[in-house]
Order: sequence, then C-alpha cells, then structure tokens
Amino acid sequence: MENIIEVGNLKKTYKLPGEEINALKGISFNVKQGEFVAIMGPSGAGKTTLLNLIGGLDNLSSGELRLLGNELSKLKEKDLSRIRRKSIGFVFQDFLLIPSLTALENVEMAMYLAKMGVNREIATSILKKIGLEHRLRHLPQELSGGEMQRVAIARALAISPKVLLADEPTGNLDTKNSQNIFDLLKQLNEEEGLTVLMATHNTKLGSQTKRVIHLLDGNIEEDQKMAGE
Amino acid sequence: MKLLLLAYKNLNRKKIRSFLTIFGVAIAVAVLVILLGFSIGYNNSLTSDIDKMGYQVLITAKGCPYEAATLMLKGGAGLTYMPQDVYGKIVSDQRIDKLTPQLMQTVYDDQLQDGKGGFLLYMGVEKSYLELKPWSTFKAGNWFSNDNAEEVVMGYEVAELEQRTVGDKILIPKLNKVLTVAGVFNRTGTQDDGVLFIPLKTAQRIFNLPTKLSSIGIKLKDLNSLPDFEKDLYDVPSIQVVSMAQVKDTVLSLVSTTRTLITSIAIVAIFIAIIGVVDTILMSVFERTQEIGVMKAIGASRTDVFKLIWMETILICTVGGIGGILLAIFGGSIVEHFVRKLLPYAPTGKLLYISPKLLLISLVGAIVLGLISGIYPALRASMMRPIEAIRSGE
Repeated sequence: MENIIEVGNLKKTYKLPGEEINALKGISFNVKQGEFVAIMGPSGAGKTTLLNLIGGLDNLSSGELRLLGNELSKLKEKDLSRIRRKSIGFVFQDFLLIPSLTALENVEMAMYLAKMGVNREIATSILKKIGLEHRLRHLPQELSGGEMQRVAIARALAISPKVLLADEPTGNLDTKNSQNIFDLLKQLNEEEGLTVLMATHNTKLGSQTKRVIHLLDGNIEEDQKMAGE
Repeated sequence: MKLLLLAYKNLNRKKIRSFLTIFGVAIAVAVLVILLGFSIGYNNSLTSDIDKMGYQVLITAKGCPYEAATLMLKGGAGLTYMPQDVYGKIVSDQRIDKLTPQLMQTVYDDQLQDGKGGFLLYMGVEKSYLELKPWSTFKAGNWFSNDNAEEVVMGYEVAELEQRTVGDKILIPKLNKVLTVAGVFNRTGTQDDGVLFIPLKTAQRIFNLPTKLSSIGIKLKDLNSLPDFEKDLYDVPSIQVVSMAQVKDTVLSLVSTTRTLITSIAIVAIFIAIIGVVDTILMSVFERTQEIGVMKAIGASRTDVFKLIWMETILICTVGGIGGILLAIFGGSIVEHFVRKLLPYAPTGKLLYISPKLLLISLVGAIVLGLISGIYPALRASMMRPIEAIRSGE
C-alpha cells in the first residue's frame, strides 16, 4: 500500500505576544491508504494541530507534509481548498452542522460546495447507510448528539473522500453513542477502505484500532501498531 | 440555488431581526417612491389644472404675484380690483382669440359645514366664460336667462354640498339677496366645481362693485405673441399680466421647499437603511464565524462565501423593496392627504402618481442598495481563514 500521508520532521509554532508555543516539535510518520490511525494524548499534546495541518486548514512552520503526493506547504489557499473539497472529510467534536439546514440539506450542501453536483439520491443513501433514514428532514437542533455526529460523518462522506480526519468525534457523546460512532468509522474503514485519522482522548476506543500514535508535548511518544499489522 | 436556499434559511433563523431590517429598507423605498411619485403627480396635476383654466394669460389688478397665482388656482377673491375699462381697451386686440372678464367675491356663511361656517365663492362671469371652457357642460338646467338675472349656476360639488337643484333658491347671507338656481354644471375636476357663478353685471350690482373686475382671462391666438402682448400692457396702470407658465413656475417654487425637505428625509432614510442592512449582515456574519469556517473547511471557496452573504443582503433589500412598493401604493393616499394639507397650493388631481416605471426603478434601486451594502460583510466573511473561524467557537 502506498503512503497517503507523509509527515517528516513536522513543526508547528504559534507565536503569541511575549511567547512562542511549540505545538509540534518535529514529528515524523507515514500513513498508508486504508489505515485507521488513532492519535492519542492529553490536552495540548498537539492532536488537533496535527489534524488541522494534515487537512490543510493551518500552515506548518517547518518540515514536510505530503498529502496524496502534494506538498501542502507549497500550495496556495485556493489549491488547499480544492484538495479539501475533493479528498478530505472533516468530522469535528462539536459536529458543526449548519443549523438552518436539515440533515439531508447539510449533506447536499457539502456536495454543492465540493462542486460535484447535488445528488439527492446519493445524499439520502449515505444517510440511510449510517442509520438516519428517519431523520432526513430534521434540523440539527431536533437531533441527539449521536445523530448529529452521524450527520456530520455523512456530510464528510458526501464527497467520497480519500481521508477522513476526525477530531475528537466522540468528545461530546456518552459511552454508548461514542462506541456507535466509532463502530461506524471502523466499518467505513474496513468495508470501504477509507483512511481514517481520529484524534481522541478515549483509550477504550483507541485500543480498538490497529495503530495508535501517542503524542505528548508536541512529540510522538509512541507509534504503536497492533499485532496482525 | 443551494446558496439562495441557505441565504433564505439564514435570514429565517433570526426572524425579528431580519424583519426589522427589511422593514427599514421598505420604509426607505416607500419614501423614495412617494417622493418621486409626488414630484411627477404634482407636476401633472398642476399642468392639468392650468390647462383646464382655458386661458393662458390672466390680467389682474396690480399686487403680489403669488397672491395672483393663488387667486387663480385656488379661487380666492382678490382684495384688489381693476377698472372695467381695461376690458374695453383690450377687447379688440387682434392677438386675442377669446377673453372673459371675471369678478370674484367670497361670502361667509355661518350655516355651512353643519353650522361651523365657511366661505362660498361667487364668480361674476359672462357667457364668454363657457367659450374658454368648452368642457363645462350642464348636468341640469342652463345658463342665465339674461345678463342682469338674479340667477346662479352652481359648480358640481357646491351643488352636491348644498343639496340644491334647478329652481331652488339661494340666500346670500348679510346681503339678504335671494338667487334662483338656473343650472348645475357637471363635474370638471377643477376648482370650478366649488364655485357659484352669477352674471357679471349682477355680481357688480349686489356686491356693490360697479365697473370693477378682479381679472380677465385671455386665450391668445398664438402663444408666441405673449411677450409683445405683455409689453403693450405695461403702460396700463394698476394691472398686471400673469401668464400661466409663470403661475406654474411660481407654484412649483412654492412647493420646492417641501420637496427639498422630503428629499432630505428620503436620503437620510436610505442612508439609515444601508447602515441597518450592513449592521444586520455583519452581525450575522460574526455570529456564524464558526459555521463559515466549517463551510470553508469542507470546500467552500471565497467566492462561495462571498456569494452567500451577498445573496442575503440582496434578498433583504429585494423583499424590502417589494414591501416598500406595497407600502407606497397602499399608504400613499394617507401621505397624499397630509401633504395636501401642508402645501400652500395643491392641485385638484392626484398629487401622487405612481407609475409601473417608477415602481420598477425603485425596486432596481433597492437591489442596487443590497449589492452595495453587501460588499463589506461579504468580503469580511470570504476573507476568514477556516482554522481561525472554526476555533472562534471553542
């Protein structure tokens, strides 16, 4: 399998008045297509920063970061935007759905913004696949946390991404819903070969993945591959 | 289409705020429509009033030209009179097509308006008056039986108001004079509808103004001869020549102050509406920072975000524009009522003329307003960096 993500000596420094915060201090790792990687570590370890850099939402300070063969630091905002809408699905801790649109419309909007043409049948089938066929016309405020996160995942899937970046997708959910969402991501990974990078605090979920990258203070403490890999 | 739906739903999220902003735009547009409609309507009505006088030139006793203008249009009695021999001097002038001498007098009647009292306007005329006003036709009865008859021909409205018909008697209070109604005119839509016409000689006799006239209405064969005609009459003492064109200018100058005032109000209203729209949209952009960030994260380009926010402002202004137009159409008559009271002289026709063209221009104006006021908020939103926008909610 080829590497879909290549990270080499990646550093990210935030400059604040009077101080500099080294969020990532030079980390290196590769992710192959079809992998499911949990990124774990305490708050401030650099998990979100790493996902934002990989997703092209933030600029790196130094080092290398290649996504699907593109060196992200050399791309302009316009090209980053193109890569995001063609290849990356985002799932956030706070779901971040568009509150005025129904579940179905949220998924369709992602299709529209990705300039791939809105297809209601496909949008509906995605929502059905993740068990939301009875919630198509509901607004986010009418959904439970678990359901909202499912819609967010459906939205991410709408563009048929190569990589799914999930930042604490279960952070706002109870144990049962957390497991359900995780199972859904795992299923997408196993059945459809979707590459998933999931930042999480949840050790129970982390232990269910085949690879865990432990971050601590901006460094990789351990890149743990489970048996069988 | 998706963005338009989203723009609509975004506005729908904060119903009261959107409504108030739309209302602000509607008021501005309504003021604009009414102002422009008023400007056109007033001119039209004034021109029509002046055309319907039947004469292009009026000779009156020397005095204030404003008073002369008001006298003619409003039908008030002049305080000054000119000798009747002026009529004799000009009657044979070759440049004149038709002319008619008039003597106006107002009489207070305390029985009018259910006992509140009011003025009735009497006008002494000769049959030549009808020649200048061929559209004045009789609803009932006929012209005076002779030049000295103690008879009256009533304008349509005054006959309705007084509930009189042919053969009825009318008492002129204080003078204790009783006149018989000889005829009633059909409605003309001019000031004549409120006038009581009596034979000129009778008027001179009963108002004790023998050999006096208040004005002479003249229609020239060729309007181009007016400057010469006026010049020749300069020498005649105690009279002035007023052309209708002058009267029109005079009246328009009188109302121009009112128009300036309304224009200022309209400009202020439009300015406030723009600020209101910018403020509302900017506020909603800031509130939705995170949402805009997510949209950018999932692939929205700067153009997409710009278009979305721009559409919201255009939507507000378009709906506001339509609202304003409806407001102007339905509220215009109320405004007309007040403006009529405020103006020194209001023509009899519709003061407010709202044409489809005017409505279209106003709607386009409202949309342009949206285009302009949307630029800054849309730019602000489109320039947001997704990462910072998403973080703003944390």
